[in-house]
Amino acid sequence: MKTSSTNESDTKNTAPTTYYQFLEISVRELLIEKGVLSAEDIRNAVKEMDSRGPELGAQVVARAWVDPQFKQSLLQDAPSAVKTLGLDIGPVQLLVVENTPEVHNLIVCTLCSCYPRSLLGLPPDWYKSREYRSRAVREPRSVLLEFGTDISDEVEVRVHDSTADLRYLVLPQRPAGTGHLTEDELAALVKRDSMIGVTEVCFSAI
Amino acid sequence: MERDFTSRSHHDMGGLEAGHIQYNEHDYEFWEKNVDAMLVLLTSKSPKLMSVDQLRKGIESLPPDAYEKMSYYERWIFSITQALQYNGVLTTEELSRKLEEVQSRYETEEV
Amino acid sequence: MTPLFQTGNAVRVRKGSPPGHIRTPFYVRGCKGVIERVAGEYRNPEELAFGRFDTPVVPLYRVRFQQQEVWPDYQGNPQDSLDVEIFEFWLEPANPEKT
Repeated sequence: MKTSSTNESDTKNTAPTTYYQFLEISVRELLIEKGVLSAEDIRNAVKEMDSRGPELGAQVVARAWVDPQFKQSLLQDAPSAVKTLGLDIGPVQLLVVENTPEVHNLIVCTLCSCYPRSLLGLPPDWYKSREYRSRAVREPRSVLLEFGTDISDEVEVRVHDSTADLRYLVLPQRPAGTGHLTEDELAALVKRDSMIGVTEVCFSAI
Repeated sequence: MERDFTSRSHHDMGGLEAGHIQYNEHDYEFWEKNVDAMLVLLTSKSPKLMSVDQLRKGIESLPPDAYEKMSYYERWIFSITQALQYNGVLTTEELSRKLEEVQSRYETEEV
Repeated sequence: MTPLFQTGNAVRVRKGSPPGHIRTPFYVRGCKGVIERVAGEYRNPEELAFGRFDTPVVPLYRVRFQQQEVWPDYQGNPQDSLDVEIFEFWLEPANPEKT
């Protein structure tokens, strides 16, 4: 899955065939001709988006796992905490929600596709699908099972519907048996789906 | 698909019945990334040329069958184009002429 | 603008649904919840959607609902919850008789 390509020739760039592809070209060329945006602005914005991916979120998670003070400040004021790692998330009102033995968090945007793009990159198609958006709020446990995640009935499942200006990142639980791993090794375990909340982070010693 | 005239908008789907989640991902195409980039730029310029709320409202206004049939970024470029006209950034005439020009540029070689 | 509600207040989501751009989902309308936190002040998206970019900010809350109260047939832990960001003008006190 290649949304983090920075080379234009890597992305599919076939000749336009649909009305909407023609529309995109038309809008873009008009905006450039009228001096509203420049071609370079657009190229840079694409590069910027391509540079964002789940490894950024994973960095934040790994740091929170090894540094309790960072974790506290992350939970209290995520934008400021994330800044201390040298990450620029822009004006995003980030809220980090922590998975614990008592609570498992799940993120959805039922109304559209709000997502913490500056830490995870562009959202996957399934996150934007009718199936996920409809069912995540009403039957989260069944949705979680479809992702292979079985949350026990003693644990509270908490769904966050991202309806306004906040953007959410789940801080997954650190798996057992990882005490010997470096921060980078820990970050490598953290996949995008665990920060949306549909999966947990796994570690096997083999 | 009929339009159901209740107060519930088609996009407001939380809690409705739906099938299994299709674990789909696709590599974003060049034109899709451009749409995304334009939206980011247009909404973050000072002064703003459109708002992300206008983007959403335009998408929500799509009839149910169009909403379902169009892809994510097709809905976006549709809505961005409307918002830019509403806000006076582009005129319909400019768009019409440019669209004609672009379409003929790519459709000159007929089989 | 001083927020009307604080963390812990019981609130109910209003119901009136005109055509327009609304960010309070249909499924919580009329539901009772508790203010989880005052989430700050933001420009009203319902106004921004009509191009009124200078519209004033209004208080936003995260409201916690019990799943069992939102969905009559909810299957799961009775503690399961649902947090939704809702603007102040969509909320009213759940117990208006209480002073």
